[in-house]
Amino acid sequence: MIDLNKVDEILKKHNNDRSMLVAILQDIQDEFHYLPKEALYHLSKQLTLPLPEIYDVATFYKAFSLTPRGKHTCNVCMGTACHVRGSPVILETAKNYLQIEPGQTTKNMQFTLNTVNCVGACAVGPVIQIDNELYGNLTSVKTIQLLKKFEKE
Amino acid sequence: MIKKLKSREELNALYQQLKQKLTSRQKWIAICEGTGCRVYGCLAVSQALKQELKNQGLTDIEIIHTGCHGFCERGTLMVIHPQGIFYSRVKVEDVKEIIEKTIKNNQIIDRLVYVDPQTNKKVPYEKDIPFYKFQNRMLLGQNQKISPTSITDYIAIGGYQALAKALFEMTPEQIINEVKNAGLRGRGGGGFPAARKWESARKAPGEPKYVICNADEGDPGAYMDRSIVEGNPHSVIEGMIIGAYAVGSNNGYVYIRHEYPLALQHITKAIQQAREYGLLGENILGSNFSFDIKISRGGGAFVAGESSALMQSIEGRVAEPRAKYVHMAEQGLYNKPTVLNNVETWANVPIIINIGSAEYAKIGTDNSKGTKIFSLVGKINNTGLVEVPMGITLRQIIFDIGGGIKQGKKFKAVQTGGPSGGVLPESQLDLPVDFDRLTEAGSMMGSGGMIVMDEDNCMVDVAKYFINFLQEESCGKCVPCREGLKRMLEILNKITDGKGEATDIETLYDLAQLLTDGSLCALGSTAANPVLSTLKYFRDEYEAHIKDKKCPAKVCKALIRYRIDEEKCTGCYLCFKNCPSNAIIGEPKQKHKIIPNKCVKCGICYNVCKFNAVIKET
Repeated sequence: MIDLNKVDEILKKHNNDRSMLVAILQDIQDEFHYLPKEALYHLSKQLTLPLPEIYDVATFYKAFSLTPRGKHTCNVCMGTACHVRGSPVILETAKNYLQIEPGQTTKNMQFTLNTVNCVGACAVGPVIQIDNELYGNLTSVKTIQLLKKFEKE
Repeated sequence: MIKKLKSREELNALYQQLKQKLTSRQKWIAICEGTGCRVYGCLAVSQALKQELKNQGLTDIEIIHTGCHGFCERGTLMVIHPQGIFYSRVKVEDVKEIIEKTIKNNQIIDRLVYVDPQTNKKVPYEKDIPFYKFQNRMLLGQNQKISPTSITDYIAIGGYQALAKALFEMTPEQIINEVKNAGLRGRGGGGFPAARKWESARKAPGEPKYVICNADEGDPGAYMDRSIVEGNPHSVIEGMIIGAYAVGSNNGYVYIRHEYPLALQHITKAIQQAREYGLLGENILGSNFSFDIKISRGGGAFVAGESSALMQSIEGRVAEPRAKYVHMAEQGLYNKPTVLNNVETWANVPIIINIGSAEYAKIGTDNSKGTKIFSLVGKINNTGLVEVPMGITLRQIIFDIGGGIKQGKKFKAVQTGGPSGGVLPESQLDLPVDFDRLTEAGSMMGSGGMIVMDEDNCMVDVAKYFINFLQEESCGKCVPCREGLKRMLEILNKITDGKGEATDIETLYDLAQLLTDGSLCALGSTAANPVLSTLKYFRDEYEAHIKDKKCPAKVCKALIRYRIDEEKCTGCYLCFKNCPSNAIIGEPKQKHKIIPNKCVKCGICYNVCKFNAVIKET
């Protein structure tokens, strides 16, 4: 069970304003690292907004996740510059090493693997973003070393 | 305690005082702390520099922690002033030597000096480096002079002077006229004249009116807007205040992309500072004009960069575009008159007001005025952000400024305009770059991404990449875009899988026409461009895939094979260890072999081999 007081605090911060729904969901996601079902039910009641409408927004934007995420989020950049510099192989390497597909989380809850369309660090591509930090000029070997490092952290 | 500026005179007094301080500086160091340089570890370098200056008692030497300088390829970048000595690839280990030799004794350290790959000559001064020399860095140049988190740095270089001029010397109509005469066109993609939007919104009935800054830079391979928001957020805020005054709006929004945490941090801080200084909020600089800006964070949806979809997102809804027969300028956010421009467009506004439209309009071509920032990325030597006058040729950008193709390979194509843009071949290299000429050639300006490709890139794969991107990002509201892109992707997948048929190209053309004619918004109506432009210039590559079942660039998995060259293989075991499908056999120190029917062609062995022993064939 999650702490619904946290959700109420977030709602209060946004004055229970329906037009702030995206921002409210962002804050909930920041707090719990995903959008817990209970939180969305609670939102629906407090904002007198039908649940499907909340679900619509929550599933439309890539930033939101309806399932718990791993301790580290590993975003492999699939932007054009990274693509032409070999990001598909980097993604293969990460998938193979973590044994999951993009969008999934490892069993030990250590990593969630995602793809992202350009983080704007094209000069150092191929790039992986782990928890808002960028790692560039990757090769398959470097990618494995990087993931190994975060396995223990 | 910060004193709120209550008049133009107070701003000027502060400006004079800060300018005085600038001119009295003896020696200062600008270190790039943009996102690119952060990957290279610039924060550790600047920390070491600070500590070492302190240890040596050189506390009068100022360090400016700047935003992006643009030459991202060479990070960490450091410029030592007043001489303008340019050091690149600076590491923590270099800091002591820099202070000892360059700061104390004005000696140049050869090792850190940039070497021009074309001439092999050392270029110690920033102003002489070809990458910078051929640019006109009206906007980006400011990044190198200021710390983005310091409003006083911005005021010291003349920041907010344009705002004061606009508020106290000009009427809203005069401002709109200046922007019109300057010929400012939207830098976000469409190239729509900014003044036309402003004028319509000013005249449109309805209160309140809104101005929005679109910082949802979603085009992969484009990051100029991020660098402006990160490196010089006040220039965007100043532009927005001037625009709001001209339009008659008191409410602004910055809609910023979820993937840009540093930019979000800097713009948030800058807005806060502007409020503290009386440059945002009630009665700006003691005038009758009030204006404030809220920040809205994007949720990671490419289509949210489309203006009507963006407004839906600010309203807390799903970012779906709407039909454009009602203009946003008349009925935009909350159905009120709204002006939306992108980051670079807003940042141009203070420059126009400062130098005047006549001066501004001298830069560029007949119908495209001013400069444009491009992000020059891909297989190019000097990756980075370049700001050039409109009308410069692609060849000048790619070869003179960009230093040509990486590893001496052959240029194949440049992709401009983001996912909905097009691919231009070598025959188009002398094309002058402006809004209209790029569109004529089958591409577009877009937000300014320029992705350079060499002989190792497959054009069918590139088209497939963009169509895949767009079909993932299609919001699904209108059928042509949602279904059309899926079908196009299926055909492209078929072709790259070696199952293409002769009729496929015709079907692609048909679907392209459908998308162009039938889609609701620009995402759909331009989505066929990557396919159309690659078909126009590289039809032979499509045919090689379809007829010969070969991928000339050796990219498409189904059409290539890997094998190990036994002469080069040292038996190092690295490929064996990394193969995900156990397709490699052999013992350590013995020649390895790939079993073709087990190989999934992921390319990891090719990537990890240090002896070039893995060979790709088509």
